[in-house]
Amino acid sequence: MGLLNLFSSKPPAASLLRLPTGSFTVDREGAVLVGTLPSSFPEKLVHEIADAVLCAFREAEEAQMPLSEITIHYPSLRISAREMRGGAIIYLSPKSPSTTK
Amino acid sequence: MATHHKILLLDDDPDLLETFQLLLSRLPSEPEIHTANNGPRAMAMMESEPYRLLICDLKMPKMDGLQVLQIVRRKHPQIRTVALTSLLDEQYRSRAYSLGVDLFWHKPNSEQEIKMFLECLESLLGREDESGFRGVQSKSLVDIIQLECISQSSAVLRITNGPLTGKIWIQEGEIIASETEDLHGEPAFAKILSWKAGGFEQLPADPTRERTIFKSYNGLLLETAQAIDEAMGGIKEEIDPEAPTSPISQISQIEGIEFVLAMKEGEKKHEVARGLENPDRMAAWAKQGLSRFRELGDRLHAGPLERIEGMGPQRNVTLSAQGETEFCLGWKTRMSAEQMREMTKKVFALWVS
Repeated sequence: MGLLNLFSSKPPAASLLRLPTGSFTVDREGAVLVGTLPSSFPEKLVHEIADAVLCAFREAEEAQMPLSEITIHYPSLRISAREMRGGAIIYLSPKSPSTTK
Repeated sequence: MATHHKILLLDDDPDLLETFQLLLSRLPSEPEIHTANNGPRAMAMMESEPYRLLICDLKMPKMDGLQVLQIVRRKHPQIRTVALTSLLDEQYRSRAYSLGVDLFWHKPNSEQEIKMFLECLESLLGREDESGFRGVQSKSLVDIIQLECISQSSAVLRITNGPLTGKIWIQEGEIIASETEDLHGEPAFAKILSWKAGGFEQLPADPTRERTIFKSYNGLLLETAQAIDEAMGGIKEEIDPEAPTSPISQISQIEGIEFVLAMKEGEKKHEVARGLENPDRMAAWAKQGLSRFRELGDRLHAGPLERIEGMGPQRNVTLSAQGETEFCLGWKTRMSAEQMREMTKKVFALWVS
């Protein structure tokens, strides 16, 4: 049994990024005003998401294709964002294997 | 001389590496087992020699397993990959599969689980050693079915045409069943044969499948081909010479669509456009958006970007890719996200066919 015990005895040495569920609000400069994301989720990634979303809204406007909402679908994550006076409220929803939409 | 495949085992725990090395040496194909205790080391090893299989732990310092698997899928697509973890969170299963792993497995902790795990690994190692030729084939579906039937094969052919999928069950050289969408039996077979292009894969035979087609394959193929010819003839007679027939014209007639823009991946200019005053500006915006969110998906290890949906006061929009073609589709504002999603499938099916 000593052999089998090895499989469950590994110490939690490293962390693996978990996609969080939650939302956050950013102003037009990309500064996070308020959010419900867990603190374990890196701030850097929060800013990268915010920047990508704000750029998408801004460039859509420039292309004369103004958008008030945008949803980005990945196999394991959905990012939804609503434009708010140049800023945005952004929702992150991880998808489980049974989620299809 | 028998070749021994190489397996690369990646885990930051030296005890586990040693244990797995011992376990894997029990595999009947007697593979060579190499080990690495961090992602960068494993990447360097894969650069220097060919491996058949990578078994990768997910939770590791510096470079986690999802990062490694994402890079391996791009740089070494021929390597089979197995994600091995003690994390019970189902999110990681979904994310690992979305990155293209061949197998996701919780670290085994019983004799039975170890046995099953080793069987799966052996199957992964041996898959390409089965007899037969592999290669890119460009044949009509009728050719493929005839080949299967003449050789008295038993198999299930899974055929895809854009978002549409159909199956044909062949048992000892006879077509016994077929289905696609809501159709079964001969109507499904006729529908599948009417598809002009697509892909197919051969799945293991399913002898338990209930028989719904009783004609000989020759008779069935002949009748179906005649029916398709007659239908085509009928359509030809009804064709309005002024009517647009190109895929882009057909797509632009789909309900709710305002404009269509198709772009070749990697090229700056758009390929075809309908319903836009300034397609180049829209193409630039669409390409930029797709590229930016692809990069973001990579950073988050969320898998390849599927689509972007935008809702606006003037029109809605879908950005997505089908094969090497990227699409920017404009919709009337009354279209809901669900309707846009369904219609996008139709657009892709029309484009593919």
